[in-house]
Amino acid sequence: MTWVNDVIQGIMLGGFYGMLACGLALMFGLMRIINLAHGDIAVLGAYLIYVVLQHWNTSPFVAILPVLPVMLLLGYLLQRLLLERSLRSGLLVPLLTTFGLSIVIQNLLQQGFSPDVRSLGAQAGSVATASWQITSQLSISAIGALTLGVAIVIFGGLQLFLSRTGPGRQMRATAQDPDTAELVGINSKAVYARATAIAVAIAAIGGMFLAIRSDFYPYSGPTYLIFAFEAVVIGGLGGSLWATLLGGIVLGIAQTIGGQINPEYPVLAGHIVFLLVLLSPRGGLVNLRRVSA
Amino acid sequence: MSAQPLAAAAGAPARIRRWTRLSTGFTGGFGLLVVAMIFVPVVFGANTVQDMTTLLTYLLMAVMWNALAGYGGLVSIGQQAYIGLGAYATVWLAQHSVNPYAGMLIATAFCGLVAVPLSFVMLRFRGAQFAIGTWVVAEALAIWVSLDNALGAGTGTSLSQLDSYAPSSREHYTYWMTLGCAAFFTGVVFLLLRSRLGSSLQAIRDDEDAAASVGVRVVAGKRILFLLAAAGAGAAGAMTVANTLFIEPTAIFSVNYTAFMIFMVLVGGLGTFEGPIIGAVVFYFMQNLFGNDGVWYLVALGGVAMAFALFLPRGVWGTLEERTGLRFMPLGYRVSGAAGAAPEEP
Repeated sequence: MTWVNDVIQGIMLGGFYGMLACGLALMFGLMRIINLAHGDIAVLGAYLIYVVLQHWNTSPFVAILPVLPVMLLLGYLLQRLLLERSLRSGLLVPLLTTFGLSIVIQNLLQQGFSPDVRSLGAQAGSVATASWQITSQLSISAIGALTLGVAIVIFGGLQLFLSRTGPGRQMRATAQDPDTAELVGINSKAVYARATAIAVAIAAIGGMFLAIRSDFYPYSGPTYLIFAFEAVVIGGLGGSLWATLLGGIVLGIAQTIGGQINPEYPVLAGHIVFLLVLLSPRGGLVNLRRVSA
Repeated sequence: MSAQPLAAAAGAPARIRRWTRLSTGFTGGFGLLVVAMIFVPVVFGANTVQDMTTLLTYLLMAVMWNALAGYGGLVSIGQQAYIGLGAYATVWLAQHSVNPYAGMLIATAFCGLVAVPLSFVMLRFRGAQFAIGTWVVAEALAIWVSLDNALGAGTGTSLSQLDSYAPSSREHYTYWMTLGCAAFFTGVVFLLLRSRLGSSLQAIRDDEDAAASVGVRVVAGKRILFLLAAAGAGAAGAMTVANTLFIEPTAIFSVNYTAFMIFMVLVGGLGTFEGPIIGAVVFYFMQNLFGNDGVWYLVALGGVAMAFALFLPRGVWGTLEERTGLRFMPLGYRVSGAAGAAPEEP
């Protein structure tokens, strides 16, 4: 029964990783770049929610509402001012630019908010602590269920946006072939900027759950970038969006089962599963090769 | 090399050569400088010796990262894996009664060996996949080491075996060791890039697919760089523990090392031989001048790296080379006398 419990906890944790990975997968699918500052952007979102809560005594779920438009704008500017320029010059430059950005964000957060470890769990109220006891060994936490639910809504919403709306169809067309998309009148730069704005806003939602589920500090970003990237790759780079959520869930299950074997192992177990998936001739790798060929 | 028939068609006799008077003088001067640096401990005090050890360690890191990224097109964010591994292997060997200095050399070779099986996994990836794949390996190694009690687990361990040397002679030996390693690896990269393999590596750097299509063995070339960079970073790790005498997993496996490497190479010039050397000197002085300013210094470091990546992607040296045609340490060939060829250098 503990194994069943582990798998269920892993699935809920996986919803969280999927949420963090969603923006990364969207940007990779569209522009073939990995934003190495993605984890730090999620942490930045958590800090912005923290700032709102300083002035307004409410729950983080409400405090994120004014933060989301700010993040959308930041994402738009990030693409227009930095990434757009870096895209012109090959594979290396976007990697190096976003790595530099990651260091800048981390240290600005350190300067602005001190190195103190914070958490928004207390402000989230009973949601952060409540749980349903199903059997003696099986319990489902409210925050876990909510994380997974929100993740499914985000992925479903994004999928609907991409398949049913005009801007979404423009994004899919640009992802397939930017030059041809331009020929039929799509402004690919505007499409990229919109996508980055969405990716950054979703990262902020991930940041909110990060801040409620555990604690965070200015240098938390890289850890979550790695988890998010692992989720994307396990799901199959360049595959469908749902595969990314699935990848997050596989990573989550690997971590909870690893933690069951030895309390010191969860992260290591996740890394090992990631490396095994990279090694396997099928799985994530097949997709990846097909895309980059 | 293919310039010869071209030049003949243009009706002018072409001369293809590698060395100019300037580059002969400069390369010779560089060699003399290395020889002169042997005598630093004789002439200068302990502080200078330690500073020079640090500078040479930076230089070694920058040169090796540049070999990997600048020539192999492999942006690694996981070179700290080998820095940590080199440092911990040195400590482990010293615990098993190997002389610490011999241990550093063995640890360096060990890092190169570890990279052999890893290369078969990692070289299947390009771009971001490679970058984060190497990073995950470094993270996994850091966790693995921090679970080992014999190596001090998470709290770290010291290279106490070096205490059997008097402090001043210990510093001298460490300095000479670092100088030797830096000179060795820089020399190997120089010779490698000038060889036939070097031409294929530069072709890979410029366009991997085109290089493969004319028969360059892309993966073999990349593998050699991968192993060399691993051994070099391992040596830098061994030097670091000899210089600081104490290591702990989170610090020695810190991604900051890679951030420093990226900074040095981007500022100096990615994919140029001289660039990382210049970058290391710039970085060393920046560390000394602003290193105590903490957070703002790191913000500036990241910002400068971004600015170089976006606006001056060839770095200081690469831009200078492009504008002036100067080559201090020639890796390629130059054609002169033919129509349209670069003008003669004085």
